[in-house]
Amino acid sequence: MIRILLLRGMLAGVVAGLFVFALARWIGEPQVERAIAFETSMDQAKGEAPEPEIVSRSVQRSLGLLTATVVDGTALGGIFALVFAFAYGRLPITSPRSLSILLAGLGFVTCTVVPALKYPASPPSVGNPETIGIRTAAFFLLLAISVAVMVIAAQIERRIHNRLGTWNALLVVAVFFVVVVTIAAHFLPNFDEVPAGFPATLMWKFRVAALEMQVLLWAALGFFFGWLAEKAVSRSENAYR
Amino acid sequence: MSQSVVGAFAPQPVSIPAIPVREIMPWAIFAGLLMLLALYFVGAEQGATSLIQGHTVHEFVHDGRHLLGFPCH
Repeated sequence: MIRILLLRGMLAGVVAGLFVFALARWIGEPQVERAIAFETSMDQAKGEAPEPEIVSRSVQRSLGLLTATVVDGTALGGIFALVFAFAYGRLPITSPRSLSILLAGLGFVTCTVVPALKYPASPPSVGNPETIGIRTAAFFLLLAISVAVMVIAAQIERRIHNRLGTWNALLVVAVFFVVVVTIAAHFLPNFDEVPAGFPATLMWKFRVAALEMQVLLWAALGFFFGWLAEKAVSRSENAYR
Repeated sequence: MSQSVVGAFAPQPVSIPAIPVREIMPWAIFAGLLMLLALYFVGAEQGATSLIQGHTVHEFVHDGRHLLGFPCH
């Protein structure tokens, strides 16, 4: 059962990754190109030589982008399937499709919204290369805290579910999650590394595109995996009859 | 009120069998680590830390890393 779920999670992830690639090509790449053009013009104004191209732009925006989105989707799909396998039968939701969509929603909030509110996606030329180490560490630390607090929140919900009822129990743990994650984010370092003159509209469009890609990724994963998981579950139930 | 009565009034009783943790664990560890390694190569390799020399991995996934929201450079 778990092997089937894992494979289907990865399959759903591949499909989600392909969707994300298509959306990234459509709404993401124009912003990346504009940001690189800004970076090049800044380098020229300072009299610096352009950075050597190790991988050509045409490969970066096609095969490179495709690899990144599909590997990202597949890996996320695999982890998603493992979380689903653990949650199924342990949460009071018996429909595999409903559970898959609920988990995708929670995953979106935990793994995308929380880190992105503090450390949003940034286009090329935004961000000081010297701080990449601390920025990466802070980003993944906030992601880890968010996941940990979500796991604790789920445990608390299980304990208080019967005593408070579904609505109140969910409200209590939602407030718990938001408060703890906000406090943690507050104490993590701030980075303000947008170069002077960087177009605000470009920044806005880039970040909206990045967020839309994440919405598509989690939605595709949740709906497609839910469909595949329902078929897997009903087949294994029939096998016992 | 006894425990069994409280249980009987629980909202939506769970009837489906959960997959035992010891059955999930080996998959979670091996597949989970593999997936995290894949995410590492897309999201962080040759940025803050490098397992492989050079910038080829970083440059190859460059656009995806920016658009997927990972810190790139």
